[in-house]
Amino acid sequence: MSVTVASQVGAHLDELRAQQGRAALVGYLPVGFPTVPGSVDAVRTMVDAGVDVVELGMPYSDPVMDGPTIQRAADVALAGGTRVRDTIAAVEQVSGRGAPILVMTYWNLVLRYGVDAYARDLANAGGAGLITPDLIPDEAAQWLTSSDAYGLDRVFLVAPSSTRERLASTAAASRGFVYAASTMGVTGERATVGDRAEQLVADTRAAGAERVCVGVGVSTPEHAAQVASYADGVIVGSALVRTLLDAPDPTSGLDSLAGLTAALAAGVASVSR
Amino acid sequence: MTGGAAAGRPDVHPQAVSGPLASHAGPYFGDFGGRFVPEALIAALDELDTAYHKAQSDPAFGAELARLHRTYTGRPSPLTEVPRFAAHVGEGVRVFLKREDLNHTGSHKINNVLGQALLVKRMGKTRLIAETGAGQHGVATATAAALMDLECVVYMGEEDTRRQALNVARMELLGATVVPVQVGTRTLKDAINEALRDWVANVETTHYLLGTVTGPHPFPEMVRDFHKIIGEEAKAQLATEIGRLPDAVAACVGGGSNAMGIFNAFLDEPDVRLFGFEAGGLGVSSGKHSARFSGGEPGVLHGSRSYLLQDEDGQTLPSHSVSAGLDYPSVGPEHAWLHDIGRAEYRPVSDHEAMEAFRVLCRTEGIIPAIESAHALAGAIQLGREAREWSDEPVLLVNLSGRGDKDVATAAAWFDLIEDEPVVKADEGEQL
Repeated sequence: MSVTVASQVGAHLDELRAQQGRAALVGYLPVGFPTVPGSVDAVRTMVDAGVDVVELGMPYSDPVMDGPTIQRAADVALAGGTRVRDTIAAVEQVSGRGAPILVMTYWNLVLRYGVDAYARDLANAGGAGLITPDLIPDEAAQWLTSSDAYGLDRVFLVAPSSTRERLASTAAASRGFVYAASTMGVTGERATVGDRAEQLVADTRAAGAERVCVGVGVSTPEHAAQVASYADGVIVGSALVRTLLDAPDPTSGLDSLAGLTAALAAGVASVSR
Repeated sequence: MTGGAAAGRPDVHPQAVSGPLASHAGPYFGDFGGRFVPEALIAALDELDTAYHKAQSDPAFGAELARLHRTYTGRPSPLTEVPRFAAHVGEGVRVFLKREDLNHTGSHKINNVLGQALLVKRMGKTRLIAETGAGQHGVATATAAALMDLECVVYMGEEDTRRQALNVARMELLGATVVPVQVGTRTLKDAINEALRDWVANVETTHYLLGTVTGPHPFPEMVRDFHKIIGEEAKAQLATEIGRLPDAVAACVGGGSNAMGIFNAFLDEPDVRLFGFEAGGLGVSSGKHSARFSGGEPGVLHGSRSYLLQDEDGQTLPSHSVSAGLDYPSVGPEHAWLHDIGRAEYRPVSDHEAMEAFRVLCRTEGIIPAIESAHALAGAIQLGREAREWSDEPVLLVNLSGRGDKDVATAAAWFDLIEDEPVVKADEGEQL
């Protein structure tokens, strides 16, 4: 890469490690669930309760990497009329609270908006970059250019099935961190974190990745502590979304979201790196 | 190859086309195609790509597939001239039907399914998954799984399982498990999403037997190759019957596999016009259609970039057609490319035109076509008006991709043939 661009998320992760000696907690919530303003409240609650990096999901009609929990939330968000521009606006409303905001999006939404225009508007809103579950670096030429131009992070995924060669090319194309899927499968809560996750983190580092965070199936404070012992960040999504899905009313949903976030943050902080 | 589907790929693909069109290899067809899938699937796609190209150069693979086609599928399928139908197309026009309806399981789908199932045996995988809308591809996949002793799971939208109860029973008789998909719009597109989710989780033992020329590389190229026998046979049969090439080839286009299959042998014959007919539903202006070329724009769905029905934000729009097999919001990337380079022309055919052509073929030739294929027949009737400008005795080759047994309830309801409440009720646009 001929262009050197500083990584907002990378700097934050490095600072947590240097100053607090710990991994980061990355929390996912979708825009528009239960409503657009409700999702902004939820993200603020999550940040105030201890999330270090926000993964803000753009709801999509065909989310092939997501399990039932996130699908349900996305369905509600889309039925409520959530638009792509609501995501940009939400980024603006939740940034500046000390937690960098990454948008997690399926690629057609960005293609349709225009890759360069999306990068420009996300950067202007204070966003840190994108997590792209259905975009591999091989197909990302335009995004590599636009993310360089606007100083955005680009988080690509690796999986237990990734070859050494692909770990290297994905690590080289990523900025911020590499997202390691703990297991072969879609997002969703699981009883245990995949036993291939630790090896995948080691392999991804050996292939050149500066930072590796682990997601998919990470659900409990115990999982968070376990993953925090070997990864640079712990990514939790479905378990957080479920606190809102299961809540009888919005206020108790935010309470239970704050409670789980704090417990996950304590799990992450319980092990030093 | 090692996942470098696009290694070193330039930002912009050249539109200039060199070399024969018929053997054009993926992952890109001009600006279309590619691999827009989770990284978790790339290793499996590479494995499939490698296994496919190895099999292609192995005479034993070709011989085994040819034996199955001869002894099991019933190939070559006949070519039938239909003069009484042709009288409805235009004076002096000759129409030939390629009879994929006479294949085992009732459509062209078996060509691809047997090819992929043989590959699965070679790769040592033990489990097949597939998506299905009307049930035709699901039935074909369940058939191949039974024949080759593979476990088979078919994903089908919950709405479709209710409407296609008899095809669900058929798949179960063949030993397959049918999983009703209860998320999203509960139709074909959501069945594909669920199949992709299953594949991500079980890719080490499982092959996703995709049913058409869509999806990530190598599916568009590979499925086309398994179907190109349709056009190759038809070309040879026409040479025997009339000693020349047709003036035009017509096929219906849902995902586009039967059309790619019959087009392929004629792609490099510049004098042969190629027409794909997509489902115009209630009319392109109504918004209730599956006309991706007339009513869609380029975008990514299910792993490849092609023409797509999508809203302003890029969310997939629901499609509509009286024919479940054409009711899909995207189309194979090679068709998108042939459209953009002007090699093939794509036109919408309305539900009404298709059902009228369905009726005409039944009455004039004693052949009940699939409603999908009736779109190609209606297309031929549209072409009749311009065919006389092509030559003195224009010849139209139409792919009759499937038979209409599955569509009898829909057709009976459409033509008001059922007065009493039927035992199994069909809503409009449903196929029992």
